[in-house]
Amino acid sequence: MNEIFAGLIEAVRLIAGGDSELFEIIALSLRVSGIALLISTASGAPIGVALGLTRTRAHGLITALLYTGMGLPPVVVGLFVYLMLSRSGPLGWLGWLFTPNAMIVAQTIIAWPLVTGLTMTAVRAVDPALRVQVRALGATMLQELWAVVCEARIGVVAAIVAAFGGIISEVGAVMLVGGNIAGKTRVLTTAIVLNTRQGEFTLAIALGIILLALTFAANVVLLRLQGNR
Amino acid sequence: MNTIRTYSRPIVPVLGLALLAIWLAGCTAGQALASPRLAVAPTGSASAAAASDVLRIATTTSTADSGLLDALLPHFVEVCGCQVEYIAVGSGQAIEVGRRGDADVLLVHSPAAEEKFVADGLARTRFDAMFNDFVLVGPRADPAHIAGLGTASEALQAIMTAGAAFASRGDRSGTHMKELEVWATLAVTPTRELPWYHALGQGMGDTLLFADEQRAYALADRGTYLAMRAKLPGLTILVGGNSPAENRDPALINRYSIITLAPERFPSTNDDLAERFVAWFLAEETQQRIAAFGMAKFGQPLFYPARSAEAMP
Repeated sequence: MNEIFAGLIEAVRLIAGGDSELFEIIALSLRVSGIALLISTASGAPIGVALGLTRTRAHGLITALLYTGMGLPPVVVGLFVYLMLSRSGPLGWLGWLFTPNAMIVAQTIIAWPLVTGLTMTAVRAVDPALRVQVRALGATMLQELWAVVCEARIGVVAAIVAAFGGIISEVGAVMLVGGNIAGKTRVLTTAIVLNTRQGEFTLAIALGIILLALTFAANVVLLRLQGNR
Repeated sequence: MNTIRTYSRPIVPVLGLALLAIWLAGCTAGQALASPRLAVAPTGSASAAAASDVLRIATTTSTADSGLLDALLPHFVEVCGCQVEYIAVGSGQAIEVGRRGDADVLLVHSPAAEEKFVADGLARTRFDAMFNDFVLVGPRADPAHIAGLGTASEALQAIMTAGAAFASRGDRSGTHMKELEVWATLAVTPTRELPWYHALGQGMGDTLLFADEQRAYALADRGTYLAMRAKLPGLTILVGGNSPAENRDPALINRYSIITLAPERFPSTNDDLAERFVAWFLAEETQQRIAAFGMAKFGQPLFYPARSAEAMP
């Protein structure tokens, strides 16, 4: 138990002391997860909207696939990305294994089904009457689409929040494909594992508290954008 | 830090956040004028430095966890004017990283696996890099009465006979391979069915923490044990003495090798830099730094120069 209180104090001390290594780790965590989230959102949200608005025969299958994707074990994603990006793998020429790019790829694969699937669900939950109503008011196709997407925004932001929470706190994939290289690919979660492995529980707890605080802050920002004050 | 910082640009996420904010603001203002805005996918480029000036080492956890590499590498970075990265995993995994061509140099301690790596034609060079030794640690109460036994083989026999808890790395690391070697001298292959045998599948630090918690015996490299001793109040060295000189079992010597990859098998390997690294590592000056590392903190070295290995029992 003492470790937890000591960890709390250590967390404050690290932040206040402006530990440059810590800020490097935090910056990399945010950068990797932020870019992965951006790619997933930019590519997944429009597809989620499209899937939410259309009804095809393959719909049940697509939904099942997306929902399965939401449950992908990160370590399996990591293993897959590892084998793809390894020098002996098909994408080895990129030289991305053990770099932040590999971590971004892995986290994008983890976040994409979350963003896409939850956006689809949110759009599908919009009252179909809205579209009829907007169209009756003389809206163009684009304006109609815009109205539906805006109506679903709470769900879309929830999708982004869920995906962010999923990848910033993920360790299995980034450990495998990043290699936890000091100053290069070490993020908060892998630093926590490393310190735990070395018995540095106080520091591990401190990093855990910082990670929690960071996730909380990110969620507050996203939710504020959504308009839930 | 042994690496040059290159990642400190949160610009892309901030930009994404801004786009998201614009969209949501557009929504709340109730304006359906603009066409749907799609965030532009970023390039995701990480401005990786040119591959030719980055040396990547795959190594066992003990060289990293003990702090040795962080103490040594800045000097090499200075003389070579390059960047050095290391990935610290078990020796088995490190050799696998090499087998796939994902590192330039291996610093490992798993002789049988290394010999196979060389025999498979994957290595260009392999040298003795340094050494230390393994010790058997266990609970101070010593339920199997192994304290004072001369060899690990006798000690494992006693632990097995007593059915006392034993924590194994179980991860095909160099330490795990050494442990299996000692079991083999007893014609024993420990299996998960044995209630006292715990194959953890974890690193040295985790295994020692487990042994401390569960009052179990474990085979550990002396360096990692010494580095973590303060966190392991329940454990003590029972076989292997207080320094390698006191270790009476020649089977417990722990040799680290430094291996470079064969460029003909791995065209992308950074072989120039790898050769320079090996030359630097084996140079007298670096070997003296290795011998000096840990003296101040532990009163004895954690690793010994390769050349003095012959002096071992």
